[in-house]
Amino acid sequence: MTLSTSILLAAAMFSVGVYGLLTRRHAVAILLSVELMANAANLSFVAFSHFRGGATGQLFALFALAITVAEVAVGLALVLLLYRTYGDTRTDAAKELRG
Amino acid sequence: MTVAIGFGVVAAIALLSAILVVRSPNLVHAVLWLGVTLIDTAVLYGMLGASFLAGVQVLLYVGGVVTLMVFGVMLTRRHDGLSVPAASGSPWRGALTAAVLFGVIAAAVMRSDLEHAPVAPTAGPPAVEALAASSQATTQAIGFELLSTHVLAFEVLSLLLLAAIIGAVVIARRRDHGALDQNARTEASS
Repeated sequence: MTLSTSILLAAAMFSVGVYGLLTRRHAVAILLSVELMANAANLSFVAFSHFRGGATGQLFALFALAITVAEVAVGLALVLLLYRTYGDTRTDAAKELRG
Repeated sequence: MTVAIGFGVVAAIALLSAILVVRSPNLVHAVLWLGVTLIDTAVLYGMLGASFLAGVQVLLYVGGVVTLMVFGVMLTRRHDGLSVPAASGSPWRGALTAAVLFGVIAAAVMRSDLEHAPVAPTAGPPAVEALAASSQATTQAIGFELLSTHVLAFEVLSLLLLAAIIGAVVIARRRDHGALDQNARTEASS
């Protein structure tokens, strides 16, 4: 377990999240992918904090964690609104602004 | 050696469950696999000497976010039965983008020789530095820094959480409740 392998693992997890973000059509599934990417970013913060010394990296990860949870609450509220407005949670349903 | 094998197992579980999160055709299964990924990341945090963060991860993410996500799935489905199709699009463009992104990051990590780079001197009072040096006392160091150096960010974060809660309630509120209130008010005034 070195810094490089930890960062590579975080990068792989982030890439999986990007894949999900680009292929999923369901709004909740897109939120799940965003969670995966935020998790990977946090992992790299903690890895740098461990191998480089100092608690600032962990502190930053703590802040990022709280912000992600707030984002999930607002995102799910938007999903509920999408469902109530269009009767569907696929993001393709909201196309009123499509040119 | 044992640490290396353990890290390999944990990393394999993390990657496998992450792929299942984005590939699972059933949305409920995808949410539960995300729970596995998050618990696995908490184990990684523990291995990296961040035991406090591991606890917060389990409490906040696995206890809070996964539960919220399950609620989100259950509240927004039209049909009965447990299966909620997740509606994936064509996978090739996404796979290509993700592979290119991972290749770029991996090349950068390989070229930058992270293991032997000089350690930057950590700023801050010496007491905090000494605490952070031992992995046992990182929780104490986090507590000190949170309420001394970063106290402004801490308070702003609490404001942000309040704003997010109010925003979520306002966005998810039923619109006809406002109309009902107005009716009640006009009836009361007449």
